[in-house]
Amino acid sequence: MHASQGEVPEAAQKGLKTTLRKQNLFLSCQCLPEHDMTVSLPDAQGLDTRAVIASREMLNHNVMRLLLRPESGFACEPGQFISLINGDGLARSYSVANNPVRDGVIELHIRLLKGGMMSDFLREEAAPGETVTVRGPAGNCFYVSDDGRDYPIVLAGTGTGLAPLYGIVKQALAMGHNGAIQLFHGALHSNDLYLVEELLALAAGHAPLRYTPCVLHDAPGSLPGPFYVQGNIEDVVLSALPSDKAPARLFLCGAPEFVNALKRKAFLAGLASRHIFADAFLPSKPMPAAA
Amino acid sequence: MTTLYDRLGGAEAVNAAVDIFYRKVLADDRVNGFFDNTDMDRQIAKQKAFLTMAFGGPNKYTGKDMRTGHKHLVARGLNDSHVDAIIELLGSTLKELGAAPADIAQVAAIAESVRNDVLNR
Ligand SMILES: Cc1cc2nc3c(=O)[nH]c(=O)nc-3n(C[C@H](O)[C@H](O)[C@H](O)COP(=O)(O)OP(=O)(O)OC[C@H]3O[C@@H](n4cnc5c(N)ncnc54)[C@H](O)[C@@H]3O)c2cc1C
Repeated sequence: MHASQGEVPEAAQKGLKTTLRKQNLFLSCQCLPEHDMTVSLPDAQGLDTRAVIASREMLNHNVMRLLLRPESGFACEPGQFISLINGDGLARSYSVANNPVRDGVIELHIRLLKGGMMSDFLREEAAPGETVTVRGPAGNCFYVSDDGRDYPIVLAGTGTGLAPLYGIVKQALAMGHNGAIQLFHGALHSNDLYLVEELLALAAGHAPLRYTPCVLHDAPGSLPGPFYVQGNIEDVVLSALPSDKAPARLFLCGAPEFVNALKRKAFLAGLASRHIFADAFLPSKPMPAAA
Repeated sequence: MTTLYDRLGGAEAVNAAVDIFYRKVLADDRVNGFFDNTDMDRQIAKQKAFLTMAFGGPNKYTGKDMRTGHKHLVARGLNDSHVDAIIELLGSTLKELGAAPADIAQVAAIAESVRNDVLNR
């Protein structure tokens, strides 16, 4: 359950991930209220916010950065996701790549799919000034400093799985995280990478941060290189896991097959299950089975 | 008199044991086939419930739950050898956590008591 008001007794949050605790989620079966509490079912907490499209910009050949300006107070942790709903009621989930409270806008990175309904709307119709609805936030992929700021962080995403990770990294740096932060971005080809300049600059300016783009199929000459690692991001991440596994946190976002496979492998390699935070970007409807 | 669950360390012990136990299960070719393609977070939650029960802690397991929960696995070939393997992995998990041999035997006995329900017979 979710507590919107009142203090949640410690016992009612025992065993929950820190990111769930921070959202005032608790186990009702373990909860003996010590004070008055206002509670609701967790999925009923999402309030709708109207937001105006502030800008659209292509970050590479198919990833759009969409900035939305909420009309009323909207708050979420960088890395959580929201549901974007257009005027026709079409809804899709997108991860938040920034801190909307600080920036006054919500930043989304959206891969435009050929024939995708929301993709087509964003490509062809969603002009700046138009109003959309934002529902949420939800999800527990975000930075917390309850256990100090020294633990190692590994973040790995494929495609627009970078969006939440970009938000989490910037938040961790803003909060003064001291532990090593390793960010891995996986792409099929080097031209599928995006925000490369920004991330290289961010890493150059912040000692704890290392940024490693991973490209599966090398296409020499498409971008000045070699600034990326060629290979499977799963292998690259597994070989880079910190030797001190107990405190390390892992954030995984993007393609469901990638997220689920690496989640399991990292766990088998010794990472604690409660320290693995993942959002699989599941399609809105089941994908047709591969022939 | 302290209960088995208290001696093992209660909910804290379950939290400490679940990762070790589930890692052993996933790494064990005798049983990991039954855990393929499962949502890891959901599996961890289920393993916690199972360990709480096996550690003699507060639980709501009924014989009927055990039966319905494993029916599809029995159809896929779940048999005594797999239950043996799970009880063995449970024992080695507890050993790793420093539990007393008598307590480990008691946990094995509790797990043993649900064998027929798990195997739907
Ligand atoms: C928690 C969560 C967070 C998400 N965050 C993001 C994000 O930050 N950025 C982002 O770009 N997306 C994100 N997604 C995916 C997003 O919600 C949409 O599924 C995606 O944008 C496609 O929507 P669409 O309406 O354009 O395509 P649809 O009309 O839904 O789909 C069109 C066709 O494309 C197929 N398809 C769907 N997904 C894929 C795929 N990955 N590869 C190939 N074919 C596909 C569908 O099966 C369908 O046939 C997230 C999803 C979830 C569940």
